[in-house]
Amino acid sequence: MMMSTFMPVVLWSDGLLAVLLAVMVAFVFYVRRRPPLIEAWRKVGGSAAGMASATVLLFFMAVGVLDSLHYRPLLPGKAGAAPQYSVEVKSALDALLSDLREKSEKTYSAPLAAHLFAKQTVEMEGRQVREFPRLKHGGAHLADPPRQWRDDLEDRIWVGLGYAALAWLGCVLLVTLACARGVGLAGACVNVWAARTVVNWRAVLITLGLMFAVVGPVAVLAEGYHVFGTDKVGQDVLYLSLKSVRTALIIGTLTTLVMLPFALMMGIVAGYCGGWVDDLIQYLYTVLNSIPGVLLIAAAVLMLQVMIENNAALFATAAERADARLLALCAILGLTSWTGLARLLRGETLKLRELEYVQAARAFGVSGVRIMWRHVMPNVMHIVLIAVVMDFSALVLAEAVLSYVGIGVDPNTVSFGSMINAARMELAREPMVWWSLSASFVFMFLLVLSANLFADAVRDAFDPRLARRVRLPRFFKKA
Amino acid sequence: MLAYFIRRLLYAVPILIGVNLATFVLFFVVNTPDDMARMQLGHKRVTPEAIEKWKAERGYDKPLLFNEKAEGAAQITDTIFFEKSVKLFVFDFGRADDGRDIAHEISSRMGPSLAVAIPVFLLGLYATVSLALLLTLFRATYLDFWGVVVCVAMMSVSSLFYIIGGQYLVSKVWNLVPISGYASGIDATRFLILPVVIGVIAGIGSSTRWYRTLFLEEISRDYVRTARAKGLSDSAVLFRHVLRNALIPILTGVVVVIPLLFMGSLLTESFFGIPGLGSYTIDAISAQDFSVVRAMVFVGSVLYILGLMLTDLSYTWVDPRVRLG
Repeated sequence: MMMSTFMPVVLWSDGLLAVLLAVMVAFVFYVRRRPPLIEAWRKVGGSAAGMASATVLLFFMAVGVLDSLHYRPLLPGKAGAAPQYSVEVKSALDALLSDLREKSEKTYSAPLAAHLFAKQTVEMEGRQVREFPRLKHGGAHLADPPRQWRDDLEDRIWVGLGYAALAWLGCVLLVTLACARGVGLAGACVNVWAARTVVNWRAVLITLGLMFAVVGPVAVLAEGYHVFGTDKVGQDVLYLSLKSVRTALIIGTLTTLVMLPFALMMGIVAGYCGGWVDDLIQYLYTVLNSIPGVLLIAAAVLMLQVMIENNAALFATAAERADARLLALCAILGLTSWTGLARLLRGETLKLRELEYVQAARAFGVSGVRIMWRHVMPNVMHIVLIAVVMDFSALVLAEAVLSYVGIGVDPNTVSFGSMINAARMELAREPMVWWSLSASFVFMFLLVLSANLFADAVRDAFDPRLARRVRLPRFFKKA
Repeated sequence: MLAYFIRRLLYAVPILIGVNLATFVLFFVVNTPDDMARMQLGHKRVTPEAIEKWKAERGYDKPLLFNEKAEGAAQITDTIFFEKSVKLFVFDFGRADDGRDIAHEISSRMGPSLAVAIPVFLLGLYATVSLALLLTLFRATYLDFWGVVVCVAMMSVSSLFYIIGGQYLVSKVWNLVPISGYASGIDATRFLILPVVIGVIAGIGSSTRWYRTLFLEEISRDYVRTARAKGLSDSAVLFRHVLRNALIPILTGVVVVIPLLFMGSLLTESFFGIPGLGSYTIDAISAQDFSVVRAMVFVGSVLYILGLMLTDLSYTWVDPRVRLG
């Protein structure tokens, strides 16, 4: 019998992420049957900024999902003996990037360097010499780094660009073929590049082109170098940055997933029922709201640390423990952030309750629960959607700050916050170690910026009030 | 007016009780004092005596809610709930782990916190309102478009990077002001310039965009059309009519944070070494000093509720149509 070479591990956050993806797929099917929603999503699809940012977000999501397929590799053991699995939990992304993961150096090295960043005493022909030692992996294929380094880099960048061009042309072809129905290939070409398609493919293709032009060379360079350098213990910074993406995504999405049922139920029930139920729910969220967010989170995380410390036996691996902490952080962030959405929903429900169709449903004797479920909830969903996408970027930013303060993710979890925290100490060094900070800055900026732009596109499409607000009176425009 | 204010004050009482109960549950019921002791003393090889000693030092050795051993009123008062939670109402916070009186510490650290927070607040408000007005004046032009793009980009940068980048550029490369530190009196200025400037810049993105939306909303009103129709210039309408009306939501939106300025900013203070309440909180969090965190939670809530009340009052002040009663 073939022994499997790994044991799949489903961490809680992996499971919840899968649930989230399933919800998204279900939502797509839900939207497909409702023309008004299709119309709104078409607006998002037609917006250049929206589609460009969605492309970048999808890339990050792919990284995050790959990093969420966890397993424990089989340890080499005697034939016939019971299989032993490593206690180290890896992910599909780790397997893909095993090169980056395993090629670690001794300590700091600058991006694309062939030598360590600091002088070390090494033994050469029996003498002790202080010099910059060669890296074990970065540029190890070069016989004479100072002379070959430049040419090698250029070669690799060109090869990378070549791959990128190929991949990009493939995408262009696919898109053109997909849009060719009814207009022919030439017509599709014109339509795509004049941005006359329903989905703004031009924006997608341009973004893809830019992304490939960066990812291609980086991928080829990463085979022989540490593109973003290495950190204090010699880990590749590019690898760490890619790993941080999952943490950011989990915090940004699962927090909302956790708090959403709460906010929906509380908001709608408070608005619909009124009376003492309303008073009670309002009291609850005023109390939660009046505790400053950071302090509430700090207090809860402190207590969480105590709990995890005292129940260490519950977790089989370090990864499970870190995962529990990550999820708990999501829950705590959710606990502090549901109040805002609940208040919005309550206000909207108060308005909807008085509308004719709800009155009619009540007159027909439809039960309260059913009215809330069938008639009120679908009509507040646009608020929920807007809140969800707008919260995402705020949560990603919050994670970095919280981890910096020491009340964020587990120290073993790679995240933007922990990267910044580790890199901050090195700013005082002379010369400065700038690369881990820059890498986390670039990745975080791209992620949050695209999330912000996408949120704007969604809000513009779904918030009718806003559309009216931004349309200016004609006479007011400058001549 | 006075009656309304008193009623608001009475409203605040149940909310504060709720906050107090929530912190009590969080700090003493979710984890027992024994758990906390074990955590702080290092959870391996902790003798029961050491735990008892730790608890006795902090007054955690009493029963939670009801003391059966005591007599009379002491049955209620000689408990953790009364000692640690009820006493918060009279701002008796007890002592921190290092033995200092928390209430005294808080009052002496408010000054430095305010020295940073008030300039950041005022300058930030001034800068963002001006920028938003500028964008509104040039609405539907390239300036407006790129202004909004820059705002969104600035919103997407973590505040950590503003601080780190600012410290690096201004203090390390240009050597203009000290990287961190604090002095009392007028000497403090040179320590305060950088945190204030960074605080203002970090807030520009989101506030400017938000105020611009408010201005645009105001501009589509009928009175603006009337003012234009009677021949007022675009800028006259903007500054004299739109600005004044849009200030209502802006002011009432910022009033709620005024009391919270006392709390200082966690990040700014810890990066710049300013001995305010923000760095006090951060130190307490990293030292896991539960009593300080508990005290700060309570103070923060009191200030927030105060902010809500001020918001209501400010409505009557800026908008004469609103009458409270």
